[in-house]
Amino acid sequence: MSKAINIIKSTAVPVNIENIDTDQIIPARFLKATSRDGFGKNLFRDWRFQNDDEQQPKQDFVMNNPAYKGRILVGARNFGCGSSREHAAWAIKDAGFDVVVSSFFADIFRNNSLNNFLLPVQVSEAFLQQLFQAVEQDATAEIEVNLEEQTITLLATGARESFDINSYKKTCLLNGYDDIDYLLSMRNDIVAFETARP
Amino acid sequence: MGKTLFDKIWEKHVVRQIDGGPAVLYIDKHFIHEVTSPQAFKGLEKRGLKVFRPQQVVATADHNVPTVQQHLPIKDELSRNQVQQLIDNCKHHDIELYGLGHPFQGIVHVIGPELGVTQPGMTIVCGDSHTSTHGAFGSIAFGIGTSEVEMVMATQCLMQSKPKLMRINVEGTLNKGVVSKDIVLYIIAQLSASGATGYFVEFAGSAIRGLSMEARMTICNMSIEMGARGGMIAPDDITFDYIKGRLFAPGVAQWERKLAAWKELYTDADAVFDREITIAAADIEPMITYGTNPGMGMGVSGHIPAEHEIEAKEKPSFLKSLDYMGLKPGTVIKGRKVDYVFIGSCTNSRIEDLRLVASFVKGRKKADGVEVWIVPGSKQVEKQAIAEGIDKIFEEAGFQLRQPGCSACLAMNEDKIPAGKYCISTSNRNFEGRQGPSARTLLASPLTAAVAAITGEVGDVREFL
Repeated sequence: MSKAINIIKSTAVPVNIENIDTDQIIPARFLKATSRDGFGKNLFRDWRFQNDDEQQPKQDFVMNNPAYKGRILVGARNFGCGSSREHAAWAIKDAGFDVVVSSFFADIFRNNSLNNFLLPVQVSEAFLQQLFQAVEQDATAEIEVNLEEQTITLLATGARESFDINSYKKTCLLNGYDDIDYLLSMRNDIVAFETARP
Repeated sequence: MGKTLFDKIWEKHVVRQIDGGPAVLYIDKHFIHEVTSPQAFKGLEKRGLKVFRPQQVVATADHNVPTVQQHLPIKDELSRNQVQQLIDNCKHHDIELYGLGHPFQGIVHVIGPELGVTQPGMTIVCGDSHTSTHGAFGSIAFGIGTSEVEMVMATQCLMQSKPKLMRINVEGTLNKGVVSKDIVLYIIAQLSASGATGYFVEFAGSAIRGLSMEARMTICNMSIEMGARGGMIAPDDITFDYIKGRLFAPGVAQWERKLAAWKELYTDADAVFDREITIAAADIEPMITYGTNPGMGMGVSGHIPAEHEIEAKEKPSFLKSLDYMGLKPGTVIKGRKVDYVFIGSCTNSRIEDLRLVASFVKGRKKADGVEVWIVPGSKQVEKQAIAEGIDKIFEEAGFQLRQPGCSACLAMNEDKIPAGKYCISTSNRNFEGRQGPSARTLLASPLTAAVAAITGEVGDVREFL
């Protein structure tokens, strides 16, 4: 399976809450697994279900509304703060998302996402509000994210914004490379660095 | 232009700078625990690799361990399996493990410093956001994800973009009853839970210089709670005295050479930060949080912001948070009944924290209807507490002195606060469900927690001094 990503055109799931911490994305009690798979079913677990019971979905939470699906998750500012658990990125990816859009990401979450080919797209607060408004009004509204061009477009209105990503990471995502391959390729330099240290 | 403390350490660890990308940063020490390492070990094995520098890795079991009857097998099968995998992985990769039953076992951010593994000038990482704790020694220490854990295992290096730098100066003398936890909760309340995102923070100023190493660790520990990549404090004689003689500290033959290098680790007078903030120590009161992120804090005698004090855009999140907490805008929190008191976590479970609680509690009894859990940060802290008779003080007060681990800070083990109950906690996060589904967390200092244990309600420690 190629991990590479470039153009993602999809409807979106809006979670219009600020400071979504990784404990909400995946509560600690689900971190006991020793593989990377299967976290998607517990994504936002305690916002989705009453009393930790799958028979009691919380009707007002967007993921329980069948109208909302897609590969793009939209969250309010300071998305992914708190615990460093990469399980949060795994859960979002495992639930079928390839992009998270927010006006501000926590640092560790951003790195974890990039390392899992989950693209964090940081937009202005004004553009984010446009996205929320459009998607909350119409669940079928589509968004297109173009990594090569570094743009995000709300297709219904044509509203578009550019986003930043460092060029090294962009190359990795477009080609499906990961950091470990790169680091392993320079092991000789690392040994030389160690030898040269006082 | 002069260099910052951060720059001095960073530059010594860059193996390669990628054009338009991150630096390849060499890592001196890598701490691992049972929760964020198994997938990294699996990744290594898939590539047919062994851990590159096992002697630079230190492992412990902390997140998932019970805090009672640790000599028995762990009851929960998934937890038991995860701890067992750590044992197997460490054995296979020749990594030193301070697991359950070992006299050095404990919370990873407590044992690193107390064993002398953590030293000034180092780069230190761990698959845990509170790795920032180690920055109290003048090191660059930060939390990483599991893919990054795998990178460090495979190559002892990480790809990191250099963060922006912020200095927070705390100047002057602290008020009575105000301790380091209050300083950091105050700073986070000022900056918000995202106010330092993208930055690495150096804490400085006369009030910081006057703190013990334990107190400095509490501050650096919570730098992540304002979004910072990490926090750090320049090492000084207090740091050097703390390290000297510890198990993995430099020995007599190396001490003078190391000390000379450590004494170079400070920010030059003419260095410039991307952002600088100065806070008057005198403005800081004993603090408490009322919401569901650590930035939602206030002086313990203050009132929760009224609705009209909150920006329109932030109102939905603010009200959602208070609704979860069962609290109303504009009200006071002092005098509110609490159900549980948790004194522990990598923020406040060191011997100094336990001494502080014991000094307040001695000769007093806990309030009826309050359950008090004291969870020491490590076996060594536990041993020291017993040697000093602190365990007896707690026992007489009706507190439970449990065994070391992360415990109710994140409630991965059995130590969960029941739904709807209020817990005053010395830990670092008050997120929804952090201490158990629907549990309500009020973050505070060990002293403020001790007051709650004795009175059964949120109180102002200054009224007892």
